[in-house]
Order: sequence, then C-alpha cells, then structure tokens
Amino acid sequence: MAHSNWAEWIYLGVVTALLVYVGAEAWNVERIIDHAPEDAEIIKVTAQQWLWTFEHEDGTKEVGELHLKKDHAYKFELTSKDVIHNFNIPEYVVLLDAVPGRVNTVWFSPNEVGEFDIQCREYCGLIHYNMRALLIVEDV
Amino acid sequence: MVLELARPRPIWQVMFSTHHTDVGLMYLIFSLLAMFVGGAMAIALRVELFAPGAQLIQDSMTFNRLFTAHGTTMIFLFLLPSASAVGNYLVPIMVRYKDMAYPKLNAIAFWMIPPAAALVWLGMADFGWYANPPYSVISAPAPAAEMWIFGLKMLGVSSILSSINFVVTIMKCKHPDMSLGKVPLLGWSFLSSSIIVLAAMPTFAAALLMLLTDRLGASGFFNPAVGGDPIAYSHLFWFTFHPEVYVLVIPAIGMMYEIIPRFSRRPIFSHSSGVAAFIILSIVAFASWAHHMFATGMSFTEKTVFMVGTLAAVPASAMHVFNFLATMWNGRIKFATPMMWAVGGIALFFAAGAGGVVNTAMPLDFITHDSYWVVGHFHLFVFGTIAFGTIGFVYYLFPYITGRMYNEKWGVVHFILAFVGACITFFTQHILGLFGMPRRIYDYPEIPEWVSMNALISVGAMIILVGMVIFLANLIYSSAKGKPANLEDPFGLGGKYYYPFSQRNPHHGDGGY
Ligand code: HEM
Ligand SMILES: [Cu+2]
Ligand SMILES: [Cu+2]
Repeated sequence: MAHSNWAEWIYLGVVTALLVYVGAEAWNVERIIDHAPEDAEIIKVTAQQWLWTFEHEDGTKEVGELHLKKDHAYKFELTSKDVIHNFNIPEYVVLLDAVPGRVNTVWFSPNEVGEFDIQCREYCGLIHYNMRALLIVEDV
Repeated sequence: MVLELARPRPIWQVMFSTHHTDVGLMYLIFSLLAMFVGGAMAIALRVELFAPGAQLIQDSMTFNRLFTAHGTTMIFLFLLPSASAVGNYLVPIMVRYKDMAYPKLNAIAFWMIPPAAALVWLGMADFGWYANPPYSVISAPAPAAEMWIFGLKMLGVSSILSSINFVVTIMKCKHPDMSLGKVPLLGWSFLSSSIIVLAAMPTFAAALLMLLTDRLGASGFFNPAVGGDPIAYSHLFWFTFHPEVYVLVIPAIGMMYEIIPRFSRRPIFSHSSGVAAFIILSIVAFASWAHHMFATGMSFTEKTVFMVGTLAAVPASAMHVFNFLATMWNGRIKFATPMMWAVGGIALFFAAGAGGVVNTAMPLDFITHDSYWVVGHFHLFVFGTIAFGTIGFVYYLFPYITGRMYNEKWGVVHFILAFVGACITFFTQHILGLFGMPRRIYDYPEIPEWVSMNALISVGAMIILVGMVIFLANLIYSSAKGKPANLEDPFGLGGKYYYPFSQRNPHHGDGGY
C-alpha cells in the first residue's frame, strides 16, 4: 500500500477482536443449551395446517393447548404432517422448525406459572397468521 | 414521447438501440418503475398492518400474494436492474472502451426482464420470495407458482448474461494502458458482483427446475411425501441467495466509491484496500449461506461452521466503511443531494451490519429468526444501504442523462424524509421482533406492544412514501423544466468526471456528444 495505513490495521484489529469475542461467547452458550437434560419429559408436537397437536409421554393428547408443570424439563420432538412450520414460544425463546419427514428436538424448563403464547413462526399458507396455541404452566 | 431531453429522440430509437448508455437508460427507467410498483405493494401491506383486524386487505391470501410480489419486485426488478443501469452507463467509460463487450447480448439481457416482470406481477404467487417447499410444491396455487418459477428462471438467465458481459468488458476490453489494479472502484464492484453471480446463480437455476418438476409430479426432490427433503432446497436456495445479497450491496458500495471522494474533493483514502475488500467479500460470501437455516434443526457443529463463516465476512465490509470515513476526514465536503444519500447509506449500513452480527450469534438467532427483527435487518440493507446508494447515484447521473439539474431543495427534502422514515420503520421493526412478532402474518392479536409498534412502523412507511412522491415529481418536472446543467461540472466541485454523455452515441448524430 502506497501510504501508511496503520489506522486501518488498528481498526480492523478491534473489529476482529469484537467478532471473535461475540463468536466465542455464542459458541459457549449454544454448546450448553444444545443438549437436553437426561430426565427431560418428552412431548411429541405435530404441526399441520394450521393447528398444533401435543402428545404427552403417557399418551394423552391435547390440541391447541399444552399443560406443563413448573420447573420440569421438557423436550419437544417436533414434526409436521404437511409443510414446514416453526414451533415458537417467544417468552421462553423456544424456536425450531417442524419439518415433514424429520424429527427436530428442542428443550426448555418453564420457571414461571401462567399462560404463554405458542405461535407458528414459519410461513405456512392461508392461516399461518393465526396458527396459535396456548401454553399453560401449572404449579405442582 | 422523447427521451434524453437535451437531445430529443423518439423512444423507439432508445428501445431498439444496443448502445450501452441507451440500454442503461432502459434499465434505469424500468428499475425506477419497479421501485414504485413494489413500493405501492409495501404501502398496502403497511396500511393493513396499521392496526389489528382487516383494514385494507380483506383476506390473507391477497396479503400473502402481495408480500411475495413485493420482495420479488424489489430484489429482482428494482435493485438488480438499477445496478445494471449504473454499470451500463459507467463501466465501459471507466475501462475506456466504446461499448459493452457484447452489445446485443446486453440488450437481450435487459429485454428478458419486462416479460419476467409480467409473469411475476400477473401470476401473484403466495409463497414468499424464497418459495420454500414443500409448501411451494404441494400447497401453493397454480398457475401463480409456475408463473413465478418461469419468471425467476428468466431473471436468473438475464443476470447471468449481463454478468458475463461485465466480466468480459472489464477483463478483456479495458484499455491496454490500464492495469486491472487501476480500474476505478466502481468498475471493481461490478467485476466482483458479476463473478459472484456466475458462481452462485446456476445453483438456484437448478433448484427452480427441480421445484417445477416436483410440482408437475414428475419428481420428488423436495417432497417428503415421496421421500424427498425440503431442507435440500433451503441449502440450494441460500447457497445462491446469501452471496446474492453481496451482489446487491457491492455495486451500491461501488457507487458510494464514486460519490464520496468526488463530494469530499479528495482522492479515495485507499484504492488498494477497496479492491482487497471486494475480493475478500466475493470469496467469503460463499461461506455463510446456512446462517439462514439455524432453526431447521442443524447440528451444533454445522451451526458453528456457518457462524464463523458469516462473521468472517464482516471485517471486509468494515474496511469499506473505514475507507469512506477516512476519505471524508479533512475533506472539503459538499453536502449536495447525492452525498447526503451516500453518507446516510453508510450510517445505516453500519447499523444493519450490527444487527446481522446478532442474527449470526447462534443463540440470539433463536430470538430474532423469522421475526420482525429479520425484516428490519435486511431492510436496513436493501433500503437503507443499497437503495440509498442507488437513489443517490440517480441524482448524481441526472444532469448527465437529461442535461438538466434536478431541484436540489426537494432532493434534500426527499433524503430527510427517507432517512427519518427508514429509521422509524426499520429500527422499530427490530424491537417488534424482540417482542416476538412473526414476519409474514396478515393479522395479529391485540398485544399492546405489537399494536403500538405496528402503528409507528406504518407511520414511518408513510413518511418514506411522501419522500418518494417528491422524488417522482422532481424527476419528471426537472427533466422537462429543470435548469440546464453545466455539464463540465454540474455540482460545482471542480475536478474530473466520467462523462456518460461523452461516450459517442451513434444515435446522437454528427456534432453531438
Ligand atoms: C450485505 C448486505 C446484506 C443484505 C442485503 C442482507 C439481506 C438479508 C436478507 C434478505 C435476509 C432475510 C432472508 C429471508 O429470510 O427472507 C437476511 C437474513 C440474515 N442476515 Fe443478512 N443481509 C446482509 C448482510 C448481513 C451481514 C453482514 C450479516 C452478518 C454479519 C447478516 C446476517 C444475517 C443472518 C444471520 C440472517 C438470518 C436471520 C434469520 O432468518 O434468522 N446479513 N439478510
Ligand atoms: Cu406457519
Ligand atoms: Cu445471508
């Protein structure tokens, strides 16, 4: 380079250091949350245009509503009957695609009693905007 | 109707010409038209979302068709053609050649676009600009889906043809005295974006054909009901379209490389740093596509690889920002309209990139993915950066094309409205995304934060609309009645310009420019 560029090199060093920090931190957090605890209860979630079906370990099924217990770990096994949907509980940052022909898993452990929204977060057609369900977290 | 008012000619002479400035003019007029069509669709969407319940649009199908057409229009019919317009005007001049390398091919590449636009606009498909299967295979209504597929097929071919032309013009037709390193940065931007298109676009072309045969029932590549895998489509699609976002942004950066030194009245801080950043970007652009797919159920390792690949592209973008700021530093800056757009574009580019880093940091993407955050993120790029650079450049080229000046005062008003409107609209969309609102929804429940933020976003969109109406009026009025421009130095900066008009257009007759 024809003229002195030290300022640019310092700037690039700072930018790169910031990116390395963000990347390492992200890697570290994701590494931990990627694995569900061993004792997590399994909920089978089936998406279809345009409703959610939930099946508990004991075989009971719920449509459009999901009752869970506070401070229990749950592992969702997601699949879809038709097109791709996305299972999302915004308050608990639960988000994963429900893909036909595949089973995706995501886990969480609700730590608050109450009612929370479940919504579809991947475009799936006519009633995508209203493909909602209710999560009800109860005390034990 | 006559065009190029300084030297009026019948419109058919421009239409059937293969001269690069004429093809450039057709690209420019078409892309601005598409911008207003796509903008009208966006306004309809924002009016609908102003409040919960049906406002303007009575059913979700119409809404879904509109957001699909809006995205497709803005990317393929406004941004790509407007970049080609600028490239057609300036690349041959910058490499000192008489025309594009293949003038007829150039005209053909342009003329493929209007029929493709007709297919997209008359068909009105409903599957979003990414046509995700299996929805696009088993659920999307015909014939709209087929029309969209054929339209995009043509647009893909058109952009491959025009990219071949740019690469050959720059590599093979540049003046023998000019080394590649000396090609101006705007020329470099077209070289790099064209090479990305040539490497990326064939993948999507293949995916489109597979989508079509899937729809016809002749194959089942992406249809799980017959053993296919929809995620395979996502890989093919994003392998093309993550690099494609750089295809859009790189020419806009190139335009800023033309405007910023000119209006700072200083040479660019570092030509070689700009060239290096373009080369790095066109390579690392291919290392990040699956950051769009973190939520499809990828393994931890895959997610990590694509996070690192995405972050690797950020320093190169940061080099451009540094180059711009270092050029403006101590410059004698003249804040005329084109400069305002360029500087505003850089500011929003920076903000957009910061949001992109958040999307890329894996756990955070599970907050932002497919929410309004993502809508805000990419609009800061496509509108705040790319359209800003392009609109600034339209003002910059205006005197050369028409021989007249646009109205400076209204140009500034346009900029202020667009900048304020963009900040209100797109930053609020980021926050709305954090509150969990999904994108691509026709209606939403009465969650108080959602209601107030949606209203605010729609107001921001209206502010942009007012700016755009002023833009249109300024373009039309000034090209007929504007003050004659001093073509040696229309912006009163002193210094040497690339004169698009100095390229001898055979249709201009003897003694003309
Ligand atoms: C260069 C200009 C850029 C443009 C034009 C652009 C455009 C886009 C678009 C259109 C989308 C949404 C695609 C869709 O789902 O429909 C998107 C998403 C995304 N962008 Fe960018 N982008 C740019 C730069 C960046 C940068 C620099 C980063 C990272 C540092 C980045 C990271 C992401 C990520 C991770 C997503 C996925 C978000 C999600 O869906 O969860 N982008 N971008
Ligand atoms: Cu959905
Ligand atoms: Cu991307």
